[in-house]
Amino acid sequence: MSDKVVAELQEPTPAVGDGGPDMIQLLTPEGQRVSHPDYDKYVADLTPEDLRSFYRDLVLIRRLDAEGYALQRQGELGLWPSLLGQEAAQVGSGRALRPHDFVFPTYREHGVGFVRGMDPQSSLQLFRGVSQGGWDPQENNFHLYTIVIGAQALHATGYAMGVRMDGNVGTGDPDRDTAVICYFGDGASSQGDVNEAFVYAASFDAPVVFFCQNNQWAISEPVEKQTRIPLFQRARGFGFPGVRVDGNDILATYAVTQHCLDEARNGNGPLLIEAYTYRMGAHTTADDPTKYRVSAEVEEWKFRDPILRLKTLLAHEGMADEAFFVRIDEEADQFAAELREGCVTMETMAGETMWDHVYAEDHPVMEAERAAYLAYKASFEEAN
Amino acid sequence: MAGQLEKVTLGKSITNGLRKAMEADPKVVLIGEDIGKLGGVFRITEGLQKDFGEDRVIDSPLAESGIVGTAVGMALRGYRPVCEIQFDGFVYPAFDQIVSQVAKMHARALGAVKIPMVIRIPFGGGIGSPEHHSESPEAYFAHTAGLRVVTCSNPEDAHWMIQQAVACDDPVIFFEPKRRYHDRAEYDTTATTAPRGLFEANVLREGTDVTLLGYGPVVKTMLESAAAAEAEGTSIEVIDLRSLSPLPIDTIVASVRKTGRLVVVQEASSFLGMASEISAQVTEQCFYELEAPVIRVAGANIPYPPSRMEEEFLPDLDRILDGVDRALAY
Repeated sequence: MSDKVVAELQEPTPAVGDGGPDMIQLLTPEGQRVSHPDYDKYVADLTPEDLRSFYRDLVLIRRLDAEGYALQRQGELGLWPSLLGQEAAQVGSGRALRPHDFVFPTYREHGVGFVRGMDPQSSLQLFRGVSQGGWDPQENNFHLYTIVIGAQALHATGYAMGVRMDGNVGTGDPDRDTAVICYFGDGASSQGDVNEAFVYAASFDAPVVFFCQNNQWAISEPVEKQTRIPLFQRARGFGFPGVRVDGNDILATYAVTQHCLDEARNGNGPLLIEAYTYRMGAHTTADDPTKYRVSAEVEEWKFRDPILRLKTLLAHEGMADEAFFVRIDEEADQFAAELREGCVTMETMAGETMWDHVYAEDHPVMEAERAAYLAYKASFEEAN
Repeated sequence: MAGQLEKVTLGKSITNGLRKAMEADPKVVLIGEDIGKLGGVFRITEGLQKDFGEDRVIDSPLAESGIVGTAVGMALRGYRPVCEIQFDGFVYPAFDQIVSQVAKMHARALGAVKIPMVIRIPFGGGIGSPEHHSESPEAYFAHTAGLRVVTCSNPEDAHWMIQQAVACDDPVIFFEPKRRYHDRAEYDTTATTAPRGLFEANVLREGTDVTLLGYGPVVKTMLESAAAAEAEGTSIEVIDLRSLSPLPIDTIVASVRKTGRLVVVQEASSFLGMASEISAQVTEQCFYELEAPVIRVAGANIPYPPSRMEEEFLPDLDRILDGVDRALAY
């Protein structure tokens, strides 16, 4: 082992809240634009209009999240996994994707789905219990939510292996070269499937970007329970680059993801991004974080809010006026009303459809059980 | 044109079937441990990497969940992956991917995606191997909705069933009776249509006194048992189940209505195995035709024993005939 590696390994893990000197940042928590020699170029072409649309996305998905939470508390959803605090990580990375890139999300990527053009009702139907997903992944190149932690990392890797077999890597044709992005969290980094995915992706030079949102908590377990070293450094052991980005900084997340996606499309995959962020809310509505973390930590992270810092930048640089912010808030109100309406009017499918999509081809048991179910139901009507 | 009869082993029949499937569809890819240059530990993929390249016959890292999980991703990209799991007892690291992802993806998407993949697993005992190399885990998979589970017992079926499994739009778990890999049989290797559907049972021998039902490695033993019983004046109908899920129950029921007696044979432990489910369904459908309870001849309810003891564990000719005698005693 070289002295440099040994020295790196002996570096203490940064304290919670401090992403350490390796963390890429372009926008400070105070809303100050800071320069980075490698990543400035990825945001250089962003227009004020682009930045305003980033802001709009952030506000709308925070509202989507608030509505999801409220709908669960009102009994309209069975469960809601909150993305509160992770808006910039999701919008920044999602907006860096091209339409023909492919996304493998966890169950928390409502924000990525939104910027991919998913109908926001899609994520609600899963948590309302009317389907287990129910959307066509090919419509927005956004795969179904995966609930088993880390399982999708292998799907993303296999999909990326297919992209390579199709010859859609490193051709130089931007309409053809394709990257795959795989989302997971700090907890998932301990899963066998994620580690196997790293091995496979490296062995087959798969054009996949692993995007780890380190929100510091896997339900009640802090990230220190998952790792001794900063998670982005794990990539080194698997033989590919890893980078830590300020996940609450939408500009840095956008820039770093752009860079890594380009690398993957050019045939230099896989890559790992650790988006350093914080889960401001509970793991899901079934969780109670007051039992395992101190409120001072949450308060500290409030100062690093991803939306506030972009708002500050827009206001200070004169890229948006008060009327713009009011208009976005009004749009969010409207958006929320539509979400609520769509959620409560969502129909439950008829019982006999349960057998419809278990198999793609005809299956005698499905037909027999459906027929028996219908006959049983009909027997009540006859009895009346 | 007259067909070309050839004597081929069961193992080579799978190789030839895979070759035909790969020639027929460029999206068919194979992935597994040691399947490239080596041709797999049982040489089932021998020569295929040389002819189809490293992109279509993929030597995987040594991680079974990775084999199946990446195959799911390839299927989502439009490929038809065929996974090789080296031995039955090594499938469990991939169990989560198979049960929670492979089996459920189509339903999760309400039919919007298909997972047309095959997972090949050599199974069963009788080869003198150490632990984890001789198991019969079929019931775990047959229990899971969304999967189809089949197994072949002879070279001609092996040749066709692997091709049919690859062509199926649903995930198929394909169990290969490893102690029968070297069994040879003559069949028309140039035929262009399969003799029967993938999910149909096959009545191998007609009889009137007892129905003997089994699958995979025990089918040969069942046929030998039937021949021995005939010498003693007992007429046995032998059915090769072939499809474990869906269960070709109509063929079983028709036979039991004729004979009134059913003996089911499996290497797997008896508790909650295929024979148990078959027993329940036959009892439901043939209650008045049955002359005796359904008899199970199965492995003991213990971990698979050390190989020097496996002959005491596996159903053999005598134990099958004992089962037949027990059925006839009523």
